[in-house]
Amino acid sequence: MAVVFDRPQALLDVPTHFCPGCGHGIVHRLVCEVLDEMGVLGETIGVVPVGCSVMSYNYFGCDVIEAPHGRAPAVATGVKRTNPDKVVFTYQGDGDLAAIGTAETVHSGTRGENIVIIFINNTTYGMTGGQMAPTTLPGQVTQTTPFGRNTDTAGFPIRMCELMSTLSGVALAQRVAIDSVPHIREAKKAIRKAFENQKAKRGLSIVEVLSTCPTNWGLSPEASMKFVQEKMIPYYPLGVYKDKAAEEEAAK
Amino acid sequence: MKGNEALAEAAIRCGCKCFFGYPITPQTELSAYMAKRMEKAGGVFLQAESEIAAINMVLGAASTGVRAMTSSSSPGVSLKAEGISYMAGSDLPAVIINVQRGGPGLGSIQPAQSDYFQATKAMGHGDFHVLVYAPCSVQEMVDTVTLAFDKADEYRMPVMILADGLLGQMMEPVTFPEPKTELPDKSDWAACGHKNEREHHIINSLFLDAPLLEAKVKERFERYRLVEENETDAELYMCEDAELVVTAYGASARVAKSAVTKARAEGIKVGLFRPKTLWPFPVKEIKEATKDAKKILDVEMSMGQMIYDVKLATECRIPVEFFGRTGGVIPTPAEIYDEIKKLTGGAQ
Repeated sequence: MAVVFDRPQALLDVPTHFCPGCGHGIVHRLVCEVLDEMGVLGETIGVVPVGCSVMSYNYFGCDVIEAPHGRAPAVATGVKRTNPDKVVFTYQGDGDLAAIGTAETVHSGTRGENIVIIFINNTTYGMTGGQMAPTTLPGQVTQTTPFGRNTDTAGFPIRMCELMSTLSGVALAQRVAIDSVPHIREAKKAIRKAFENQKAKRGLSIVEVLSTCPTNWGLSPEASMKFVQEKMIPYYPLGVYKDKAAEEEAAK
Repeated sequence: MKGNEALAEAAIRCGCKCFFGYPITPQTELSAYMAKRMEKAGGVFLQAESEIAAINMVLGAASTGVRAMTSSSSPGVSLKAEGISYMAGSDLPAVIINVQRGGPGLGSIQPAQSDYFQATKAMGHGDFHVLVYAPCSVQEMVDTVTLAFDKADEYRMPVMILADGLLGQMMEPVTFPEPKTELPDKSDWAACGHKNEREHHIINSLFLDAPLLEAKVKERFERYRLVEENETDAELYMCEDAELVVTAYGASARVAKSAVTKARAEGIKVGLFRPKTLWPFPVKEIKEATKDAKKILDVEMSMGQMIYDVKLATECRIPVEFFGRTGGVIPTPAEIYDEIKKLTGGAQ
């Protein structure tokens, strides 16, 4: 009988620690499918963050480095600069990438580091129990915004794809989501494009994935997907904010 | 050659493949030299956006098995503390140079030795050590760089060269070793891509299971014990019959040596003990140096930090006096000579 659906080789056959309904599993699978399809698993080095996905080093089948909180793009810079023939990606959450690691994110982008950043935006610090993240929506209740995020005192959520798209060294800045099958397929295409950019030495590619955190949102997995659709996507519009390859193609 | 530049050239010659830095006085010439030379030598120079990013670039490069280095001065080294702790916890070799300046805070840009505690006792959070070398001439700095890279690889730990603004800025004649062509193989642990030929490698300092983390730390301390056994080094100068032993390292040892030499010429039984490794502190060497001594004079460019190790190592058998200048002030040979006279009552 023909096998039509199987675990990607790049995704190790181990149970994960992720909660039911968490988006990490889907995104892990998409990244690993791309590594398989491009045949680059053996030459890939992943850099994982501090946060829920810290233990992804147990799930990704490539060599993996665990970076200090927010420093993954700097760690990846050190890896890629000394190993330019290897495929290097970071996998980071919103607190890691858009708060404590903002400088590392922005500067790896402006330097045009030839790496891929997979950015999981689920509007919260999952591992520490659901505190306000830089991407927490206005009015959203978290452990540290118990009355809802008040933008007068806690400021506004940061839109990283829009910010990164202003940097000359960035090859791709695209926001995708995993709330529906069409969106998941779109997300995989974006991840594939990001890794292809690295192979073509185009510069830094960042794919922001709007994801879920049912546990800390206090919602069922199904209601969490609705939260992405009804609350997150309106604030964080999906789409391509920068695509150097497409721009070059159009200019031809 | 200038001390800072000599450090850079020595690193390139012993196979350092990348340098990540951030501008700070008084170590800037090191970065500038790397910017000029590294690419031609087939390596990577990158000016990072911060000291934090620089040390994490070192962490990344070191994870793949290449020889990596960063340098800074006191305030910048504080920022690197996070990365150094992670590297120690991930058993990563690297060389970190601190060309010390006056502190605390922004302090001054003049030479100081007030980061001794930081380097030897608390280079970041958690149970760990870095091997700390304290050279006192440009030539010794060059020799120490080679040693530092070799020992970092041998023990899989970060190694620090604790210099200061005086050593970094001064010029002395120097000879370099031939460039190293054979470097240690790290393929049994490095994260450099498994080519589908082996299990994946994980570079990691997270161990949520407490007994497992304890076992990891204990294994590391077993290596530290070997470092303590095998890697201590010190210079004993005129200590054979010394009744007063001056203890000093780095730049202050240079000044102290002049004072000791002058006092000796006048018949005062004084010697100099100069640790070349600060962690591990050369305990057996200082015991040997002070076996006939009645007193110790500890001289530092700080308010007194190494003095605690001197007292511990000599088990407080004899009094330890202190003379220090701080904030970027360098003690003069005359000042130290006066202290020696005061403590010995002149010629004996």
